[in-house]
Amino acid sequence: MPINWMKDVDAALAEAKRTGRAVLADFNAAPM
Amino acid sequence: MYPNDRVATFVTENFVPVKIHIKEQPEVFRRFGAQWTPTLMVLDPDGVERHRFEGFLPPTDFLAQLELGLAKAAFARERWREAEDRYRRIAREFPDTDAAPEALYWAGVSRYKASGDAAALADTARAFRTRYSGTSWAKRASVWGR
Repeated sequence: MPINWMKDVDAALAEAKRTGRAVLADFNAAPM
Repeated sequence: MYPNDRVATFVTENFVPVKIHIKEQPEVFRRFGAQWTPTLMVLDPDGVERHRFEGFLPPTDFLAQLELGLAKAAFARERWREAEDRYRRIAREFPDTDAAPEALYWAGVSRYKASGDAAALADTARAFRTRYSGTSWAKRASVWGR
């Protein structure tokens, strides 16, 4: 099951506030 | 990349997941004080950081840390029973992880916060005598058992 990652932290925070869910922020340096 | 199905399912069901790459968004790294990669951060629905951990972890330990983040978020919102349930689940389902003794400690605190009954703390101190007795969490709980 693929995770539907967002890339905009403020959009994620807005979604979190709307849904009552926590945000999981993955700060990474993975190969692009 | 999150190839483990159990991790992927748990993330999808419990979080709004966002990835921030150091080259694409260095300002976001600075904004949240992320100084190493990977850094995983749990922010509550109000955007307040409730838990972070750095470095690679295998799936079981990773899941335990995610659960710990959710438990801390519930505790911070004074949802004591939810917090206790989450903490006890960590100790039960991930007993061999670093998160487990911390979860055992906070499960006792959550129960005390919900009930006002100091027996919850004494029970926790007693539990640490047989499990995780060599940990710093056992030391912290030891004062409740006197």
